[in-house]
Amino acid sequence: MTAPMDAPESSQHAEPEAVIAGAKNAAGRSLRQIAWQRFRKDKVGMAGGIVVILLILVAIFAPLLTAWFGYPPNQFNQQLVDPLTGGVLLDPENPALGLDPWGGISPDHLLGVEPVNGRDLFSRIVYGARTSLLVATVATVVCVVIGTVLGVVAGYFGGWIDTVISRAMDIFLAFPLLLFAIALVGVIPDGAFGLTGNGLRIGVLIFIIGFFNWPYIGRIVRGQTLTLKEREFVEAARSLGAGSAHIVFKEILPNLVTPILVYSTLLIPTNILFEAALSFLGVGINPPTATWGGMLENALRFYTTSPHFVIIPGLAIFVTVLAFNLFGDGLRDAFDPRSSD
Amino acid sequence: MLTYILRRLGAGLLLLAVVTMVTFGIFYVVPKWAGRTTEQLATMYVGRAPTPEAIQATIDRLGLDKPVIVQFGEFVRGIFFGAEYQFGRDTIECSAPCFGYSFQTYQEVFPEIVSRLPVTFSLALGAGIIWLVGGIAVGVISAVWKGSLFDRIAMAIALAGVSLPIFFTGLLVLAFPVHAWGWFQTPRYVPLTQDPLGWAAGMFLPWLTLAFLHAAMYARQTRAGMLEVLGEDYIRTARAKGLSEHKVVLKHALRPTLTPIVTIFGLDLGLVLGGAVLTEQVFSLNGIGRYAVNAITQSDLPVILGVTLFGAFFIVLCNLIVDLIYPLIDPRVRVH
Repeated sequence: MTAPMDAPESSQHAEPEAVIAGAKNAAGRSLRQIAWQRFRKDKVGMAGGIVVILLILVAIFAPLLTAWFGYPPNQFNQQLVDPLTGGVLLDPENPALGLDPWGGISPDHLLGVEPVNGRDLFSRIVYGARTSLLVATVATVVCVVIGTVLGVVAGYFGGWIDTVISRAMDIFLAFPLLLFAIALVGVIPDGAFGLTGNGLRIGVLIFIIGFFNWPYIGRIVRGQTLTLKEREFVEAARSLGAGSAHIVFKEILPNLVTPILVYSTLLIPTNILFEAALSFLGVGINPPTATWGGMLENALRFYTTSPHFVIIPGLAIFVTVLAFNLFGDGLRDAFDPRSSD
Repeated sequence: MLTYILRRLGAGLLLLAVVTMVTFGIFYVVPKWAGRTTEQLATMYVGRAPTPEAIQATIDRLGLDKPVIVQFGEFVRGIFFGAEYQFGRDTIECSAPCFGYSFQTYQEVFPEIVSRLPVTFSLALGAGIIWLVGGIAVGVISAVWKGSLFDRIAMAIALAGVSLPIFFTGLLVLAFPVHAWGWFQTPRYVPLTQDPLGWAAGMFLPWLTLAFLHAAMYARQTRAGMLEVLGEDYIRTARAKGLSEHKVVLKHALRPTLTPIVTIFGLDLGLVLGGAVLTEQVFSLNGIGRYAVNAITQSDLPVILGVTLFGAFFIVLCNLIVDLIYPLIDPRVRVH
């Protein structure tokens, strides 16, 4: 990446407001370094970030983790379960002792087992992290790509193009999203676009979430582009004869990287919740693949005998979403030129 | 002022038209992209006995082999003038606002939706009032007592609140206060006209559950807005001229804070009116959201199409109402 023509020293990603607000580069620190120093002091944001990294590692190494600690996520352990109520037995050797209120949490099954089938919850939670993070992250990438392209086009070219794109964003934000998603999943057949089964389901989920959530990024990018294109370094480039392509790709886009990264971090938790909601409604990924929302859908039938089956997948969603929110908030504050050093 | 109203009204109608078109497209164009033939599409509408004759009859009846634009025209005409379906020897009349006809249950979609509206309305309006009042009150108190114990606890709860999915909080409520501790009855819908107390008692937990999520967002938003406004010069002026803190906060600071909140409230209420899908599903309330979810398991497409359009209609309607009352809250809009 070449530096913008007039960029001072190494600050090619410098937030324009940072200059206005007087965040000085005198000590030779780039905005990244300033932000990192601020972020390091933000204990809550750091904690969120650490949990996020742990979750990503858990998702990546899911097969290893379940091999070490647990049982395969789809292995039935029906001997642990009361065949009548479906609840988890206190002692499988002695069914007369009744049900375990803790759902069979033991060194063997770290988070207990599922009612009815007795599948190991630890493995299913770990594999659920995979599904959840995969769908949410790729959907966020889709949002970012569509949002950035349309946001930059709207903000840079203005006029009727801006009007059309801005109205389109309003329309997208006014859609009853969840109903739309349900409808779309309903009309797409089991094999389409060269994909089948869960591959298709994951593709459809990513498409729906990504395609309907892009205006959040789009608005931010459009706003930033509007201010950026009036800045002196863009004017300078233009007066030196640079074309639109050069200005957009070399002058404006590099300065958008930071806000886009920050808001993507905040969009991921929204997308995680959306994926979980769709799985909860039974229009997400097909069983037996583990999803946190799908587990809660099942829990709806067993909350009387197995409250742990509500708590564990619910907490998994809560912790993940909270961690991303804290991390994103922390990043935003760290990069915000208005916050003090 | 009149031009403002007309412009907003026009924009609302345009939005509705676009949403209808897109919704229709999802049902008739996307399946084709996904490689579904007209016969397969018709099979989804046939209902219980998909014989080749029944499928052909459905294609003829719904005009599935006609160009999409013609089908869309007929669908729109059905909404305004009603439609007729040839069903064997019988003719089925689907009267004026015809949002389609379910071939699974042999019911018109529109009356089915209307019969479920009281449930969704009760849920949405009750929860809406709780979250609006609760969220703003907590936000204002937190902003005024910034850094206090109340502020810190409230904001921690609010942060947790925005990270909790409603189907989790709803299930927790069902598993513990309702089932394990027996503090409440299982939530259910009793018509308001039949038994007002039973209505409120039955909806209490769904209201709280739905309101909690939104209240958390509103509290955060109100607090942030309030803090920004309280730093403005005119607030200092108001204090300097000796106004009581009460008046400064409630009259001068609250009003500009509320304007963006009203906009969001319109959007949120519209969304919830169009089907609080998740809340209705958790608490087994037979509102229009649950109607749509149940329809999907039976591939009852006309129902989903109808509910989606209804949902979009409420969003547009609520946005329009917000646009119309906006000049009353924010005098600057009146000038334009």
